[in-house]
Amino acid sequence: MEFQSCVKIINEWDIVAARQLGRNVAKELGFGTVDQARITTAISELARNIYLYAGQGNVYIDKVYDAGKSGLKIVATDEGPGIQDIRKVMEDGYTTSGGLGAGLPGVKRLMDDFDIDSTPGKGTEILATKWIR
Amino acid sequence: MRIPILKLYDCLLVSIQGELDDATALQFQEDLLQKIHETSANGVVIDITSIDFIDSFIAKVLGDVLSMSTLMGAKVVITGIQPAVAITLIELGISLNDVMTALDLEKGLEKLQQELGD
Ligand SMILES: Nc1ncnc2c1ncn2[C@@H]1O[C@H](COP(=O)(O)OP(=O)(O)OP(=O)(O)O)[C@@H](O)[C@H]1O
Ligand SMILES: [Mg+2]
Repeated sequence: MEFQSCVKIINEWDIVAARQLGRNVAKELGFGTVDQARITTAISELARNIYLYAGQGNVYIDKVYDAGKSGLKIVATDEGPGIQDIRKVMEDGYTTSGGLGAGLPGVKRLMDDFDIDSTPGKGTEILATKWIR
Repeated sequence: MRIPILKLYDCLLVSIQGELDDATALQFQEDLLQKIHETSANGVVIDITSIDFIDSFIAKVLGDVLSMSTLMGAKVVITGIQPAVAITLIELGISLNDVMTALDLEKGLEKLQQELGD
């Protein structure tokens, strides 16, 4: 890994900081405007989930390189309540906060690789990567 | 930050500019409803040409603004949705159903005039 930066998510302004950083890194890497919007949206969803459900956590933005491809990887981690039923939160429309329930299933569709690791009572780690075509 | 809301005849005009944070979005919701009430406006054009992404939170606020304005008797047209925004909204799984849209502010106003019967 050649590059990593991190935004600590404590309040709603940090959500803005995280997505601005993500957009800048996406631009640097040469992503087009549609992919930039996908990445910005994904970061905003993950950062807001941390703020809403875990109180605080971190969003890491990495430039990643694999087999001649370059990409942008988002890692969102928190030590919040964790997720009991991962299959359920990946359903469109499932929400515990009166939201649209679009966040997590949306991030999965917006990005190329997506993975959730969560332990109830311990916290949640979500990885999402977008590759340059 | 507060989003300015302009009045033009019986319509309100809003151009959302810059980074739309949560507090600004919620303040805008409140301000717009208040302004509809004060001015008895029949129509609202919300131009989002300079918005370069919409996440589920902003989509929910916008959707709520639409239903609340409708409840108050004002028709809303959203204009200037960028291609990247349209694509990410659909991928997020959000369809702003029954929303009147137009390419730009001018077409939005025309549409509103038609809807309101001149
Ligand atoms: N980091 C997290 N820690 C604990 N629970 C989480 C976390 N992220 C998401 N969840 C749970 O997963 C549910 C679904 O999340 P998702 O982002 O898909 O929808 P939402 O946040 O409820 O609504 P939206 O994102 O559309 O505004 C949430 O309602 C919440 O219960
Ligand atoms: Mg969410």
